[in-house]
Amino acid sequence: MKVLVPVKRVIDYNVKVRVKADQSGVDLANVKMSMNPFDEIAVEEAVRLKEKGKAMEVVVVSIGPQQASETIRTALAMGADRGILVKTDQTVEPLAVAKILKAVVESEQPGLVITGKQAIDDDSNQVGQMLAALLGWPQGTFAHSLEMGGDSAKVTREIDGGLQTVEVKLPAVVTTDLRLNEPRYASLPNIMKAKKKPIDEKSAADLGVDIAPRFKVLKVSEPPKRGGGVKVATVADLLDKRKTDVVI
Amino acid sequence: MASLVLAEHDNAALKDATHKAVTAALQVSAPVHVLVAGENCEVVAQAAAKIAGVEKVLLADAPAYARQLAEPMEALILSVAGPYAAIVAPATTTGKNILPRVAAKLDTPQVSEILKVVSPDTFERPIYAGNAIETVQAPQGKIIATVRTTTFAPAAEGGNGTIEKISAAPDPGCSSFVSESLSKSDRPELTSAKIVISGGRGLGSAENFKLLDSIADKLHAAVGASRAAVDAGFVPNDYQVGQTGKAVAPDLYMAVGISGAIQHLAGMKDSKVIVAINKDEDAPIFQLADYGLVGDLFKILPELDEELAKRGYK
Repeated sequence: MKVLVPVKRVIDYNVKVRVKADQSGVDLANVKMSMNPFDEIAVEEAVRLKEKGKAMEVVVVSIGPQQASETIRTALAMGADRGILVKTDQTVEPLAVAKILKAVVESEQPGLVITGKQAIDDDSNQVGQMLAALLGWPQGTFAHSLEMGGDSAKVTREIDGGLQTVEVKLPAVVTTDLRLNEPRYASLPNIMKAKKKPIDEKSAADLGVDIAPRFKVLKVSEPPKRGGGVKVATVADLLDKRKTDVVI
Repeated sequence: MASLVLAEHDNAALKDATHKAVTAALQVSAPVHVLVAGENCEVVAQAAAKIAGVEKVLLADAPAYARQLAEPMEALILSVAGPYAAIVAPATTTGKNILPRVAAKLDTPQVSEILKVVSPDTFERPIYAGNAIETVQAPQGKIIATVRTTTFAPAAEGGNGTIEKISAAPDPGCSSFVSESLSKSDRPELTSAKIVISGGRGLGSAENFKLLDSIADKLHAAVGASRAAVDAGFVPNDYQVGQTGKAVAPDLYMAVGISGAIQHLAGMKDSKVIVAINKDEDAPIFQLADYGLVGDLFKILPELDEELAKRGYK
């Protein structure tokens, strides 16, 4: 079985983002970029499936600018076999991402797609579900654990009330939550090896997908700031404070 | 034209998140119809019909909907979606699981986790863990949106909607429910509690995490956690507050032994009053907190418990 892992290049999760003064977006100039952490978990899970003999090949796909090939290289260094870069310099909305991925799935014919449950930049949490719907496949979202059977998979999902296990027929889409695994660090020899692994470049037009944005972003603004607080010395002081007092 | 709201429920009770989604939907396009899909869930439909602004409840009562799996739910929603101006779900794990499938099949982009309805086609939503707020205008056509429940007041009771039973849509049959393990607690739900007390890595162990219990009981508070505490196995995943866990906005949020990573702050910074207890006086949480107490939480928590008892909290 082949596993397809869509990954996204995003602002590193440690970076504090700054909103541009003209409210046109956030400042991405000279900011550290990394693989979306949930996608890293997806790559790790796919590589583990391969190591356990449950997957034959792990193919990584990213949609983005030329630099997204670095994100693909990171995945290749973790153990993925080859990459596909769907190159574009414009913002691609989740529905268009799902359409591109559908086209990639149709040509690659994977038995499983694993991707992050959300990207930490736009926080949409849509692509996995949309892709599954467009393909007519079932989904196991927010995966906490994944158990592959012959023609089905058991996915334990992190839900608001606790955990839920569903069984989905393959092929299927799985989206990862935080506890699925702890991604490995790529070793130096594997980083070197990854440089020789192939990355195929395509465009959205090659795949016949229209990626023109459907939303109009009117502005991006700073969230309301909280007023500065005060330090208190003792527990009694804390409970005496007017605001705390009012609340409890 | 009416909006359709997907009801959040467990077949026995309608959840408050539904009322909040109704509030948002009324601002997008009134009146509101509520879709209750489940098994033996007529009581939920009756509750939904009593929400002010709800004109009609669509009740789909069938075994296929007992767990509201995404695949049969997609088919059901698509079978009724036609006439609606908007399809809205609370941004719970259920709504987030189902709604993008519907959006994709309708070739309509989805607006996730709206914070505010600026106008019927324009919304504010958080991006970058809430460190920026995006104002987006949806294209003409249906609005499909999930609603961040912490920022909308629940719609009032007092409605008198009709209940219409609808038939089940053909089940795609590609997914099935196996089991679930839900956290049981007599405390209020995390996302709707007036007071939340959350613990972080600083608590050190699952055993120590229980130090929060007695205080939570006295304050009728829900207990939450940072990702670090969940990852370390102190508490189950459903305790997690943050960018990718639950968003909460209680009247009082107490962060105990939580340093304040931006991913955690994303889930609680809309709380009315924030109290932080941490031994590191430079912890980022103090920049956000209204009241900060620097010190050893293993000393402070018992003191707090005792002081609350002294003041008559039981």
